Amino acid sequence: MKFVGRKIYKGIAEAEAIVTKDGISFYGGIDPDTGKVVEVGHELEGQSISGKVLVFPTGKGSTVGSYTMYRMKKNNTAPVAIVNKEIDTIVAVGCIISEIPCVDKIDISNIKTGQNIIVNGSEGTVEVK
Amino acid sequence: MKLTQEEQDMLDGKFGKAAKKSMEILTTLGEIFDAEYMVEVYGVQIAGVSYANLGEAGLEYLNEMAEDGKVRVLTTLNPAGMDRENWQTLGIDKEFAKNQNRAIDAFAKMGIITTCSCTPYLIGNAPHFGQHIAWAESSAVCYSNSVIGARTNREGGPSALASALTGKTPYYGYHLDNNRHGEVLVNVNASVKGTDEFGVLGKIIGDKLVDLGKKIPYITGIPLATIEELKSFCASVATYGGTALFHMEGITPEHNKYPKPTEIKFEINQADLDKTRSELIDDDIEIDFVSIGCPHASIHEIAEMANLLKGKKVKKEFWITTARPTKRIADEAGYSKIIENAGAKFAADTCCVVAPIKERFKGIMVDSAKACYYGRAKNKFKVKIGSIEECIEEATR
Repeated sequence: MKFVGRKIYKGIAEAEAIVTKDGISFYGGIDPDTGKVVEVGHELEGQSISGKVLVFPTGKGSTVGSYTMYRMKKNNTAPVAIVNKEIDTIVAVGCIISEIPCVDKIDISNIKTGQNIIVNGSEGTVEVK
Repeated sequence: MKLTQEEQDMLDGKFGKAAKKSMEILTTLGEIFDAEYMVEVYGVQIAGVSYANLGEAGLEYLNEMAEDGKVRVLTTLNPAGMDRENWQTLGIDKEFAKNQNRAIDAFAKMGIITTCSCTPYLIGNAPHFGQHIAWAESSAVCYSNSVIGARTNREGGPSALASALTGKTPYYGYHLDNNRHGEVLVNVNASVKGTDEFGVLGKIIGDKLVDLGKKIPYITGIPLATIEELKSFCASVATYGGTALFHMEGITPEHNKYPKPTEIKFEINQADLDKTRSELIDDDIEIDFVSIGCPHASIHEIAEMANLLKGKKVKKEFWITTARPTKRIADEAGYSKIIENAGAKFAADTCCVVAPIKERFKGIMVDSAKACYYGRAKNKFKVKIGSIEECIEEATR
């Protein structure tokens, strides 16, 4: 299954998907040293997003979140790609400065946690293998 | 997006790495928000300056940009995490000070004026009506759009820096006439006076806008307002409502430009002001900290405080947060001496929102509704709002 969305940041990555219906705040919501979601009550609380394709509806919270993503990339705790239903500026800028492939305008209900997926940020496509 | 040859050259890396990365950020944002092209900006104000918010990651990004990045337009900074001259007196630790200075050095290397203030419009980074700018501090964004009539979106730290390094911003959002008309009519049927009351008004309107899912209020019933009252209002309505633009009949320059909204409206009466004020006063508060200057105190407010503090002694920790140039005017005018003789302290370049003072105090009294929000959420203080006179009364009691 291949879905066509909008390219946000270039690059290709293949990894296991981790999917949530909740928004993500990188500043305060994720521990950049461990890559774990720490927001209390979040659907992914306690789970690591490192090395995975992170699939969520949209970003939220402080604009400092873009820098948090950059820090995760440097710490090797960042997701390898991001898929959103609708991108927000914090995550978009975070992907650009951290060079994380990103695609939005994807119906994320088609993707399930654990599936192997390929994100092509240069083409704006997401393929579920 | 349609780019000029120069913009395309920046994107292709002909102007260096930092300009390339910056243009990538701006064109991506432009494409997300359907901007057709870029506009030149007159000036930039950058947020994400406090080391407490930046961390090593943010600092690393700044250093990377500073390798070959140079600003192309007038650019100043938001408050830092400490007073750059007086940090020891204010109890900031050495390690933090060292890191904060590393961040400011990176900004300086890029040619940014390292004046750290949330009121750039009071210290010379002041656009005129209609000019395009790229500002990040939410209260200053609201002030510049509404009170000055300049045009900016609510930028984040990296996107504002990108505009500084390219001199451009994508033409969308509040830069366009179409997106600047009032959406909700707000009639104020009460007399509103003082920075504290304007902050309370900002919270009422901000909260209501969130409920309505709207952003731009058109406010009537305010016959007169000072710069200080408007900056307090801007800080509050931006904090509670995410508002980047309002119109105020008879006060703001674009109030006649667009039709008054008619479909969605609400009234604010004295009882609403009283109720919301009481929400900004915590039960059983024990005040051990008083702070004025959110947003940064103007020279007018400092003169007023000097007058009230003359010959008195404060018995609680008392900070006046302001911009360094404003502090220098206070020094020259003799206000600083009066204020410091009373035991109050200046905290220039910084503020209570971004300084690393979490849990250092039990209860804070302020004249700012924005400071109440961050006092509670970020610093875990109990809070109380009052006028400048009431704050000084509390501090000297």
